[in-house]
Amino acid sequence: MDFTTGKELLELCRAEGITIAEAMQRREESVFETNRREIRAQMEENLSVMEESIRLGMDTKRSQSGLSGGDAQRLLRYSREGSASGRGFCTAVAASMAVVEWNAAMGRIVAAPTAGASGILPGTLLTLGQERNLPREALVDALFTAGAVGMLIATHATVAGADGGCQAETGTAASMAAAALVEALGGTPRMALDAGAMALKNVMGLVCDPVGGLVECPCVKRNAMGAANALLCADLALAGIQSVIPFDDAVSSMAAVGRALPSELRETARGGLAATPAAQACMACAGYKGS
Amino acid sequence: MQRYSVFDIIGPRMVGPSSSHTAGAARLAYTVHRLAGYDVRRVAFTLYGSFAETGRGHGTDKALIGGILGFAPDDMRIRDAYELAQEAGLSVELIFSQEPMPHPNTVRIEAVNGRGESIEVLGESIGGGSIRITAINGLSVELTGEYPTLIIQHHDYPGVIARVTEILAERYINIAFMRVFRHAKNADAFMIIETDHQVEEQVKESILASCQEISKVFAV
Repeated sequence: MDFTTGKELLELCRAEGITIAEAMQRREESVFETNRREIRAQMEENLSVMEESIRLGMDTKRSQSGLSGGDAQRLLRYSREGSASGRGFCTAVAASMAVVEWNAAMGRIVAAPTAGASGILPGTLLTLGQERNLPREALVDALFTAGAVGMLIATHATVAGADGGCQAETGTAASMAAAALVEALGGTPRMALDAGAMALKNVMGLVCDPVGGLVECPCVKRNAMGAANALLCADLALAGIQSVIPFDDAVSSMAAVGRALPSELRETARGGLAATPAAQACMACAGYKGS
Repeated sequence: MQRYSVFDIIGPRMVGPSSSHTAGAARLAYTVHRLAGYDVRRVAFTLYGSFAETGRGHGTDKALIGGILGFAPDDMRIRDAYELAQEAGLSVELIFSQEPMPHPNTVRIEAVNGRGESIEVLGESIGGGSIRITAINGLSVELTGEYPTLIIQHHDYPGVIARVTEILAERYINIAFMRVFRHAKNADAFMIIETDHQVEEQVKESILASCQEISKVFAV
């Protein structure tokens, strides 16, 4: 049992009357000759590290290089007094930022799909879980939903910033998270993939331009935006809004756009924000160079 | 088409900030820790390419030291690697090289263990926390550490390979991949055997004792 496209996945879900989370677990058992108990235990451990990374990340003072830290807590504190986008929204965004700040401070995280985009999925899903009192099993299920979407993107495009830019990292993470949120809230497989497609469409062409080559600026804020993107697309899909471009097409166009990006804009720190005078000055005072 | 597992996408669990510059570096050094057999007393890391340029900001130095101390890539003790190395009496030298290498994230690790034996490994961090060891003690090899791996150092001589595979067959240890490398005919050689099953200490010893051409057996 296997599926390699979004279309095949939706057909399988329809024929068997199952969720994407269930389909992904059956695929894992069949393709990798493992069993349900083993993969759920493994995913449960990922979930525990995700929770830990939000909790400890919220107290991050400064990163290894000194470029980032403390902004997740700043947003969380501010949002208690009222905010432009709402408290629940700010809490999820702050949690996403906390994970990436923690990552930059050499904390332990779960790559999802990469370390640089590791905040979006745990930040949005675990905050939703807390607000809606979702059982742990439902969160584990949702991680399999997210994994299915990420697997399809990795298969037909890429999840590496060096290959496809930031759209491939935070775009993929937002796509995974959007689909996970939809299934966690009882949406259909079709709605979940529509949410995933919309999240990719929203950041089509986003470049990877890390200051000094470090996973900090603009990565922390791109994770904040990725979380916002995921929450928004989950709501759009759950409201019954469909994606004009189907998921598989969104993925293949992301791959094509990634290939069209010049190497300066693919994680080499030679273009975009990394090439600005402010970035150069900033790295000079951080004194990050080893040699 | 490559088939990805759900855990290739959600995972690995790792100490940040970078899967290639931190987790991969830790894994390379951890592999050397395993290869050394006994605790490493002295180590020199030569960092090349992007490892040399942005290594400090990515904590590559701490990850390498942590790996040599035996910490896995998700072990939070990596953050305190310098202090823990001092406590353990491990002497560390870091060299940042300008020399170009085929892969941008390359490190040369020269380690001496508690028995005075030295080992030199050249390794690459190839993305997502995955690694490739490309040379051991100056001999070109290729291993990824994705399977339990036996590394056998021996003299190039007829029948040595048959001895080793016979011992594995007797223990029902299935060979997934196997490659042989040598300096020259009738000179130093390596066998790299990746297996589907873990290889116990006892099996390592039987291999070492099986013929005089075999000088060292490592398991990773």
